[in-house]
Amino acid sequence: MIPQPLTIHEAHELLKAKKLSSVELTKACLERIRQAEPKVHALVTITDELALKQAQEADRLIAKGDSHPLTGIPVIIKDNMCTKGIPTTCSSRMLQNFVPPYDATVVEKLNDCGAVTIGKANMDEFAMGSSTEHSAFFATHNPWDLTRVPGGSSGGSAVAVAAEETIYALGSDTGGSIRQPAGFCSVVGLKPTYGRVSRYGLVAFASSLDQIGPLTKDVTDCAIVLNAIAGYDNRDSTSVPEPTPDYTQCLTTDLKGLRLGIPKEYFVEGMQAEVEKALKAAIKRLEELGAKVDWEVSLPHTPYALAAYYIIAPSEASANLARYDGVKYGFSYVNTNSMWEALEKTRQFGFGDEVKRRIMLGTYALSAGYYDAYYLKAQKVRTLIRREFDQAFKQYDALITPTSPTLPFRIGEKMDDPLQMYLSDVCTLPINIAGLPAISIPAGFGDGLPIGMQLIAKPFGEEAILKIAYAYEQATEWHKRRAGV
Amino acid sequence: MRAGGREIRRRGWGEKTVLLPIFRYECYNWQTMKLSREEVLHIALLARLGLTEAEVDKLSEQLSDILENFEALQQVDTTDVPPTAQSIPLQNVTKDDKVADSLPPSQILANAPRKEGEYFRVKAVLE
Repeated sequence: MIPQPLTIHEAHELLKAKKLSSVELTKACLERIRQAEPKVHALVTITDELALKQAQEADRLIAKGDSHPLTGIPVIIKDNMCTKGIPTTCSSRMLQNFVPPYDATVVEKLNDCGAVTIGKANMDEFAMGSSTEHSAFFATHNPWDLTRVPGGSSGGSAVAVAAEETIYALGSDTGGSIRQPAGFCSVVGLKPTYGRVSRYGLVAFASSLDQIGPLTKDVTDCAIVLNAIAGYDNRDSTSVPEPTPDYTQCLTTDLKGLRLGIPKEYFVEGMQAEVEKALKAAIKRLEELGAKVDWEVSLPHTPYALAAYYIIAPSEASANLARYDGVKYGFSYVNTNSMWEALEKTRQFGFGDEVKRRIMLGTYALSAGYYDAYYLKAQKVRTLIRREFDQAFKQYDALITPTSPTLPFRIGEKMDDPLQMYLSDVCTLPINIAGLPAISIPAGFGDGLPIGMQLIAKPFGEEAILKIAYAYEQATEWHKRRAGV
Repeated sequence: MRAGGREIRRRGWGEKTVLLPIFRYECYNWQTMKLSREEVLHIALLARLGLTEAEVDKLSEQLSDILENFEALQQVDTTDVPPTAQSIPLQNVTKDDKVADSLPPSQILANAPRKEGEYFRVKAVLE
């Protein structure tokens, strides 16, 4: 019998002590997938045959005493990271039949650790969305309340972890796509500094904002996975050649002398009372643990981040998605002899509504006559936002905000109102604009629904936020609550 | 292309570019800006994105709504502020000019919707 729920570090101890085999653990996860999947719909592909093969190999490595903390541990990968020989769909009709001929760097790194890939996670199409309802295949449901969204775009990854279908997962974050679903599902989600983790093999959405990161059951697991995936990669020209520390070394509970700032602009109008209450209680807890908290920090350009983001990200997306032409790979419209009609129809039928909306928005912002007013203006505002953060981090070791201003909303609630959907990322997207690391950790519940707390650090300051997150986690029980699906 | 009930001339090779009338930035009023059907069709043409009539109407409304909200950006004083294209200090990253392994043509072509021998098959470019 497999004790549920298992974290990476707990499973690793059991594997090392030969109390559990990777094959048993993998079979337990696959069985759990069979039970939970009809309710939550978190997965696009289940790779059971490959997983059992990898698990057998992992058991051989462990028997030889040659094991890494991730050896033999099941993982689920968001379906926008290339996996050699396994479909990588981006939850889009456009890539429904796409089978990559190579592995993303992060997948290669996990494979080198002896990881067991059990499936690919559902997402908002091309990672554009905040609810996983924009998947071309099906919406993913929140395991804490099946009538609500799990957040997005890495909703499948967050739900797979929260519903115990896997031990951990990888997601990607362009404006909050790891942190917001982590907050909505009560798991730990980290967006590393831009350039910390290689984006090679990640299907591009907005190249100056995208970053891959872990979704895990606790902070220790988060550090273990970051150790495995971080580092310089010469196949990604935006990968930064900074040395990678051992992130598990910073996990201590002593917060004495740490300076935390609470930017008041993040406690926005329209914020749900439950979220505000939980956040204030969580920050008080950090104060009790020895941190020095300044409640009156101001980042005055924060209200402009949303507009800047929703100009910059769609602009980059419209350029990146120009590659889907129905010629090299992906969906192709063939019922015409005209090249131009084939191109337009391929894109008309291959892309869903939200992707089309963003391509249109981005193309508009970049078009002649509007470039200066929108794209260039947004990039200048981006400079101001980054400068404000740089100033703040001269005084504070970390900034603390809610992950999202609301509790998980109902499925369908925001589908016809794109602006309301975009507002769901209002606390997370400024961090991508500035390229900073940020983590979302479980910080309470309101009406039985999860609430996330976001900790933000300066570039390459992952250790500071992991340490604070770890100290908070050790002092609270939120991360031990499980969704009863 | 036929979209929104009107013929739009395609920009093809050797064909004269036909731009649809759009609001120019200089004469554009932030307070009353609304994206017309013509503008939506023009943007769709630039993006080579086919749209149904219903989509043109819906996008005209939604994009107007979104852009109206983004007008707030114009309130920010950005005098003498340089633009930021990316958040890390790296510039002009180059690779050593060394021969390395690459994928064989068979694997490159494996996902092609249509191929012929070692080539991608495309529609005739010149009609």
